[in-house]
Amino acid sequence: MSDASPSNILVVEDLHFNYPTGQTEALKGVSFSVRPGEFIGLMGPTGAGKTTLALCLRGLIPHVVSGQMQGQVMVCGMNTREVTPAQIGEKVGLAFQDPEAQVIGLTVVEDLAYGPENYEWPPARIRAEIPRLLKLVRLGGMEERETFSLSGGQKQRVALASALMMSPELLILDEPTSELDPIGKAEVFDAVRRLRDEHNTTILMIEHAVEQLAEFADRILMMDQGQIVAQGTPRELFHNVDLFHRTGGERLPQVAELLFALEQDGLITPDQFSPYEGDALHLISRLMEAAHA
Amino acid sequence: MPEAASPVIQVRDVTYLYEGTQAAALDHVSLTLQRGEFIAFVGQNGAGKTTLAKTFNGILLPTRGEVIVEGHETRAAGLDMLARIVGYVYQNPDHQIFSNTVREEVAFGPRNLGLTPEEVNKTVLHALELVDMQKDADTYPFLLGRGQRQKLAVASVIAMGSPVLVVDEPTTGLDLQGSLSIMELLRQWNADGRTIIIITHDMQVVAEYARRTVVMAQGRVLADGPTRAVLTDQAVLAQAFLKAPQITRLAQSLNGRFGLPRDVLTVKEFYAAMKERLNQRSGG
Repeated sequence: MSDASPSNILVVEDLHFNYPTGQTEALKGVSFSVRPGEFIGLMGPTGAGKTTLALCLRGLIPHVVSGQMQGQVMVCGMNTREVTPAQIGEKVGLAFQDPEAQVIGLTVVEDLAYGPENYEWPPARIRAEIPRLLKLVRLGGMEERETFSLSGGQKQRVALASALMMSPELLILDEPTSELDPIGKAEVFDAVRRLRDEHNTTILMIEHAVEQLAEFADRILMMDQGQIVAQGTPRELFHNVDLFHRTGGERLPQVAELLFALEQDGLITPDQFSPYEGDALHLISRLMEAAHA
Repeated sequence: MPEAASPVIQVRDVTYLYEGTQAAALDHVSLTLQRGEFIAFVGQNGAGKTTLAKTFNGILLPTRGEVIVEGHETRAAGLDMLARIVGYVYQNPDHQIFSNTVREEVAFGPRNLGLTPEEVNKTVLHALELVDMQKDADTYPFLLGRGQRQKLAVASVIAMGSPVLVVDEPTTGLDLQGSLSIMELLRQWNADGRTIIIITHDMQVVAEYARRTVVMAQGRVLADGPTRAVLTDQAVLAQAFLKAPQITRLAQSLNGRFGLPRDVLTVKEFYAAMKERLNQRSGG
């Protein structure tokens, strides 16, 4: 199996999962692989199976969440069935969608220390790490703040910093920007990109912010009803306009929608199509200049 | 609105300080909301949007200044009366869900209004139908996904039939279909004459639904006007750390050289303006 080559940090093979209460499988045969340092976007409508997949990658399925799993997940060289969630947690970080369910420390510093303390890190090392990560998520100096007094957006960033404490090789983020304002969203995307660029951290980000995903992700997977229904570079994926109209779960970047309309009119060629703002600016300028000449 | 302006909420020089804090969460805010408006409050996290909205249903009482809701000063009015006028869907739906079934959750409000059991039943079914959740009537609310819980919270509030509806982050946690169904419901509710106030970070939602936009920053109103004027004002947005929709930014970058309008809000408008200019030029 070429997918299982050591060059992949994550290999998922024919993964199925059924919750005890589920009438239909939450995952119905998901297969894909990820190379170290890739920034993967994961999209899809509610109920597509995105969060269930994240739980499988972190090993909470099959070890903690009950239900029936088939197929296999190899992450950072470990078969998730054969190791404990704690072992996986040393290499794989996960920040959940709902920070209320995730932020457990009474103060910011307690929340960040919780994971490493469980792994019996020396206190000095924990103390050294915290200010650096708080700065990364723009919460510098907020160590002693009580977590209940934080806004939703600040809690999301605490959850992100906590997931980073263990310096994960693979970081899974489940809608990390849903409660953030535009600047907060941009800050999280920037922080995540810096992690990737400076530490070669592999990123798998579940996200609905399509315009940012287009700009940041190397590759995007689209899930629907427990399956991966499409994947590709942002340019490839957002060109598949039918897919977006059919699943109805995600919108296209506005630029992609516009350029697709121009392509339908024959004003640009299919290979000129792009989901990037810079490309759109350039293409439209050329069209306007040509008409003017 | 065809009728003469009639104020439903008046905010008069309101300052609000959370207990134990020195910085004002609201700093001398004055604002009048007219009946039948569809208004978006936008701004950074912590700008004061939610704090302001919570003074409308009396959950927060101004430290200084006053809020008048349908002629009632909120300090004097009492929460019960205000709850009948101002329905409020909070940002985190879990903070307001407390019943064992979806049906019970939605029935709670109407029952307190003193309706007969038949009327309550009818109201509940109608509200569930509006959010397309009839089939979930007997489900335990916390077994629902986040998007469904959000819709449940909306159903519970609209079942009260209040003439003013505040929805804090109506589309957070929802996919496109879920967002559209909530927003179309609010549009319909507004067309029926109700006043809608949304608090959101989603500028595309603002562009497509709100007729008036209030920009807040550091507890103050930074701008207040028709959505088209506010959302295309780069200076105001930059000051509030907000960004116009992608398509608006694209049009503005092409404004100088090719005369695309600066106040485009949707892809359709951009496309039409661009085609018009292309045709003019190739024709003339």
